[in-house]
Amino acid sequence: MIRVRLPSQLRILASIDDELELPSTCIKTVLDVLVQLETLYPTLDGTLWNKKLMARRPYVRIFACQEDLSTFPLDYVLPKDVLNGDEPIVFIGAIAGG
Amino acid sequence: MTKVRLLVGTKKGAFICNADAARRNWSISGPHFGGWEVYHAKASPFDPFRIYASVSNAWFGQTMQRSNDGGISWEVVSNQLDYVGDLGTHQFYDGTSRPFEFKRVWHLEPSHDDPDKVFAGVEDASLFTTDDGGSSWIEIPALRQHPSSSAWQPGAGGMCLHSVIIDKNNPLEMYIAISAAGAFRTLDGGSSWTPINKGLRSEYLPDEDAEVGHCVHHLARHDASPNVLFMQKHWDVMRSDNKGDSWYEISGNLPTDFGFVIDIHAHEPETLFVVPIKSDSEHFPLDGALKVFRSQTGGVEWEPLTKGLPQSNCYVNVLRDAMSVDQLDPCGIYFGTTGGTLHLSSDGGSSWDMLDADFPAILSVEAQVIP
Repeated sequence: MIRVRLPSQLRILASIDDELELPSTCIKTVLDVLVQLETLYPTLDGTLWNKKLMARRPYVRIFACQEDLSTFPLDYVLPKDVLNGDEPIVFIGAIAGG
Repeated sequence: MTKVRLLVGTKKGAFICNADAARRNWSISGPHFGGWEVYHAKASPFDPFRIYASVSNAWFGQTMQRSNDGGISWEVVSNQLDYVGDLGTHQFYDGTSRPFEFKRVWHLEPSHDDPDKVFAGVEDASLFTTDDGGSSWIEIPALRQHPSSSAWQPGAGGMCLHSVIIDKNNPLEMYIAISAAGAFRTLDGGSSWTPINKGLRSEYLPDEDAEVGHCVHHLARHDASPNVLFMQKHWDVMRSDNKGDSWYEISGNLPTDFGFVIDIHAHEPETLFVVPIKSDSEHFPLDGALKVFRSQTGGVEWEPLTKGLPQSNCYVNVLRDAMSVDQLDPCGIYFGTTGGTLHLSSDGGSSWDMLDADFPAILSVEAQVIP
């Protein structure tokens, strides 16, 4: 399982209370996570990334294993600890007020 | 039993308020979409249980939501609102040209007779529509591609299309307004648009009488008086008696004619309501006293309505979509403030109550009557 942590606004949209889990069989990259997320939670469509630009939304940050993956390409292969479910991939809204 | 429902959009979610026809005891549900900006939510006039909501924020973008049960449950519909063809450019604040870029939906206007058809006014200014209940949206590109659009510029809140009026008897006739471009009319369902800004004067423009560039804050029209349009402009309250072909000022004895909202009594097409705001830099009522002004003469004379409204230390704003009327008799009038208070009158504005709630800053209020 891939563990995914979402910010509160997206948990509200997706009607989930806590961390969610995605089946790990077809997930290797950040892009795989995004695609799987939107497949299982269509209400999140377009909230984390722009499919046309193949890029995360500007104020979305992506962290895993104490690393900032935000500026890495979406086909970046996730750290082993994320792939084996020991660590979550974390999406947060950039701290920009609000 | 007849009921009244208020759809309240705020900076941090939506709230739904319900009451019976007496409009004294209200129940409140929400926040729906907590943490999200709900610029507007509006029900279909044809099916009062079909509600559309624009839910967005700067981090996670735009989502469009639909309810089929009066706001008890919601489902996401398509959030794909893509401009058609060449993006074109508009003026930015500094006078440079910028390409049109979708930011959010400001206003939703459901069709009078088809619950699946809705128009969406967006920032950067354009008009979209859906015929399938929001499952897909298409742009009506002729407006954004109007020859004047390269001269449109954003108002302080962004370059938003915020007012959409559909003629009840002829849905091909529509009126929209953009801040800061002005008002436009179509007689062919959006294939072509005519700027209708003659008579508007804006001193922040190099040509004060320019065809476009005016910061229109809100438009209103009564179905029973289809030739007459009312406008709250940045400064100036305006009236047209010929479907927008020309305008004249009706600010008259208002203490200040800056403001955002303007609305019309449900049963009296010549009775108007505005909330004067001190100035474009001081977005609060004069002297900290919140006053609705009513004209029962189509704008010839205005009277302050203060009974039940805070008359000291009140420094809130009332945003452009934050006033609404219901169709009951006597007519109910509702408005929300950036301070999160919601004020309501069930006697045509003569006296006011305040809902027992402190909401986040209120962006929009829509009233509907459920038979």
